[in-house]
Amino acid sequence: MTELLQNLIDGLGRGSIYALLALGVAVVFGIMHLLNFAHGELITIPGYLTYWAFNQGWNWWTVVPLIIVSAVLSSLLIERVAFSRVRGASDFTLLLTSFGVHFIVAAGFLLYVSASVKPYPRPGWFADTIAVGSLNIEVFDLAVIVVTIIVLAGTTWLLQRTMFGLALRAAASDFDTARLMGVKSDSVIRGAFALSGFLAGIAGVFWIMREGQVTPTAGINPMLQGVLAALIGGLGSLRGAVLGGLVLGLAEVLLRSWLPVGIQNLTTGFVFVMIALLFIFRPGGLLSVPQVERV
Amino acid sequence: MLEVTGLTTKYGAISALRDASLTVGAGEVVGLIGPNGAGKTTLLGSIAGLLPIDSGTIRFDGNDITSGAPEKILRAGLSLVPEHRRIFADMTVEENLKIGGVTRSGAERAELLDEMAELFPVLRDKWDTPAGYMSGGEAQQLAIARALMSKPKLIMMDEPSLGLAPILVDLVFELIDTLRAQGRTILVVEQNATRMLRAADRAYVLRSGEVVATGTGAELLDRSDLFDTFVGG
Repeated sequence: MTELLQNLIDGLGRGSIYALLALGVAVVFGIMHLLNFAHGELITIPGYLTYWAFNQGWNWWTVVPLIIVSAVLSSLLIERVAFSRVRGASDFTLLLTSFGVHFIVAAGFLLYVSASVKPYPRPGWFADTIAVGSLNIEVFDLAVIVVTIIVLAGTTWLLQRTMFGLALRAAASDFDTARLMGVKSDSVIRGAFALSGFLAGIAGVFWIMREGQVTPTAGINPMLQGVLAALIGGLGSLRGAVLGGLVLGLAEVLLRSWLPVGIQNLTTGFVFVMIALLFIFRPGGLLSVPQVERV
Repeated sequence: MLEVTGLTTKYGAISALRDASLTVGAGEVVGLIGPNGAGKTTLLGSIAGLLPIDSGTIRFDGNDITSGAPEKILRAGLSLVPEHRRIFADMTVEENLKIGGVTRSGAERAELLDEMAELFPVLRDKWDTPAGYMSGGEAQQLAIARALMSKPKLIMMDEPSLGLAPILVDLVFELIDTLRAQGRTILVVEQNATRMLRAADRAYVLRSGEVVATGTGAELLDRSDLFDTFVGG
């Protein structure tokens, strides 16, 4: 029982980061049908800035805002430089463009910074735990879960209660009709990228803290987890993205603890098998978005 | 108020609209009728900025709005109730209306919401319901109310009675009368040709992408040569 609870908290912590990444992927997908394989760059770029900042004598109090702000700005910059030029193109063109952005950013760091691992210190409290009854909860997991709840509540408020949120939802549901109502396509797309960048920035803070190092391809894993979680939840569904992230995190942690000792390294493989099974039975993901046009 | 001159719009090599011209004066209700595939929806879509135009000009209130972005044309005062209503199904009635008023200030939007609740009692009763749960007639009223939320100088409606039960078709035409009484300017595409000709001040008949006849509703109703157009839709 204790072990299960421990795993659940561990899985929720992990899943919360995935949920934030997936939500960012889903927001952009909803608005322009772009499955953004460059989403991980919103971790890589702030990751290198973190390495740079620690060399300049910064600390985590100042690095955390740096990560968030740089993720938002990177997201807006990538939209402006790359995606704004292929707006309205086929889904495949958009997908290839996002791959292109990923490889260019990775190559840029490889050429102009270094191919080697760049380390920086983790926060002092990183490995601390709090004893609650017989449970030993990691402060890190607790921080991730609490921050994620606050960010998700804020995002929900933004989407439900502000005109920007309404415009974003309307544009995601029917872009042309939203424009007919006067929603400005530039503003709503840039807003979506800013929100996506902000969510990646929050996830990035924890991801970057946990890694303790950065490489040119540091963005691949967070991108894969974010895209996978968004697919599991049902592409286009924002609730689905959050659910998908949590499910993916829990599946990883629980599988690792349940698998026999010899094959624990195969956890990722088992997770992929489960995802394949899910798509056989629910091709649209957990909360698939109905594609019905009402007449 | 609206002046369309020599409009040609193509889908690939096929002209959906050939050299079409029409005018709508302030306070007029103008009908646009013709069989399926005549180019009626293409014409409204071209005016609203949804479709690329090959040649021709569109002037509204003295300004050239040819090939403008939909959000700019809306801001010029032209609002379109699109074919099939295109309401935002997973948003509530109130949220749909708010999006309709996205170009208005918060205070003005609140006033307009009250106005719509009064004009469309059906919507008031479903204020917090996701719009996807509404019937066709209710959805059509929402689509019209949503377009009115931008305070348009001219409202264009694409097939507002399509797919509705006869009693709801009556309701749509009553609504057009109500809007006319409020002094609004309306351009309506309708498949229900005879009905439209009775409701409109003037009308244009479109066939194979070309304007083939124009006149007052009564004049056009007397034209026996257009009979197939009226029953063909």
